[in-house]
Amino acid sequence: MKKIQDQDLERIIGQLLRYGVLLSSMVVLAGGIVYLIRHGGQLPRFGTFRGEPEKMKNPMPMWKAIVNGEGRPLIQFGLLILIATPIARIVFSIFGYLSEKDYLYMLITGIVLAVILWNL
Amino acid sequence: MTILIFSGLLFVGALMAGLLGSLTGLGGGVVLIPLLTLLFKVDMHYAIGASLVSVIATSSGAAAAYVRDGISNIRLGMFLEVATTAGAVCGAYLATWLSTSVIAIVFGIVLIISAVLSFVKQDDNLLTGPGSKLTQVLKLNGTYPTPQGKQSYTVKNVIGGFLMMNVAGVLSGLLGIGSGALKVLAMDNIMRTPFKVSTTTSNFMIGVTAAASAGIYLKRGYIDPGLSMPVMLGVLAGAFAGSRILTKVKVSTLKKVFAIVILLLAVEMIYNGVNHKL
Repeated sequence: MKKIQDQDLERIIGQLLRYGVLLSSMVVLAGGIVYLIRHGGQLPRFGTFRGEPEKMKNPMPMWKAIVNGEGRPLIQFGLLILIATPIARIVFSIFGYLSEKDYLYMLITGIVLAVILWNL
Repeated sequence: MTILIFSGLLFVGALMAGLLGSLTGLGGGVVLIPLLTLLFKVDMHYAIGASLVSVIATSSGAAAAYVRDGISNIRLGMFLEVATTAGAVCGAYLATWLSTSVIAIVFGIVLIISAVLSFVKQDDNLLTGPGSKLTQVLKLNGTYPTPQGKQSYTVKNVIGGFLMMNVAGVLSGLLGIGSGALKVLAMDNIMRTPFKVSTTTSNFMIGVTAAASAGIYLKRGYIDPGLSMPVMLGVLAGAFAGSRILTKVKVSTLKKVFAIVILLLAVEMIYNGVNHKL
């Protein structure tokens, strides 16, 4: 197999970012349409901070609510895809540096990934 | 006002913020938070959450193009992301226990700094040569495409730049912005990378930096889907439109007007923060 070069790596990273953003905005848009149909006539309440329920924070309750046809958790799921996009870029880079046998940068990228995953 | 109308207005506002942010290079986040808190009376925490999400969207979208063109210095970005992600995590925790008034005041100060920095003349004096030992070990020197072919450059003051990036990371996590202006400052003025490389590499880093604090924001319930939806879609659409018309419009006047708007918003944010109205 041909060794992955820096340029290939850059091209693939570029595509990964592009499709991640595209996918997430489509999911957010779909969720947004459902949300506006269901709740569009109500009054917005963003003036005071109340936090968010579990179905907006944890994947399992979120998924159940999406299957139930709720719009807001679907939007939130789209936002999770968005947050995952740069993280996927990091994971991909680790493999890229592995194939280049650049162990120093594998370590550096690994530290960045660890900091992010530690706080998810 | 119903949610439907509110979301529509938010979308239009975010679209303008994204458009102006991309045309002037200041990013959409800087006007988004004043827009949400001062005009739409949204709670500061929700505003920060929605802004952070939009920042990830625009920076990832724009970075895709720059990375492909080979302008961003990926190794430099990766190395500095150690500083920005660690900073962003600290900033996100700070945001959970600082009062919103204090956050508003810090935000106002950062706005002023960003606006002023956008007018500092960037002298693009290119450094070449092998650079320091650390630069070589980290393989930070790079090349970028110019009309005359590939131009190589040397990266200076690695540690100074790293520390500045740490500060940029803290502010990003605290305020839900990309703090692109500070990132460019760290690379351009301290590490002396060419301007084009600084701006695109900074953009490349913003998404990862924001992702580091997004998890904490999510757990604390700062990211509200109903608010984030129109804001994220609006900023993204605006930034995309901006990148399309960037070469066709004269941005120098726009930039001056935008900087004045930002300064006024900054004063308003600080005033409201001092009076505990935010």
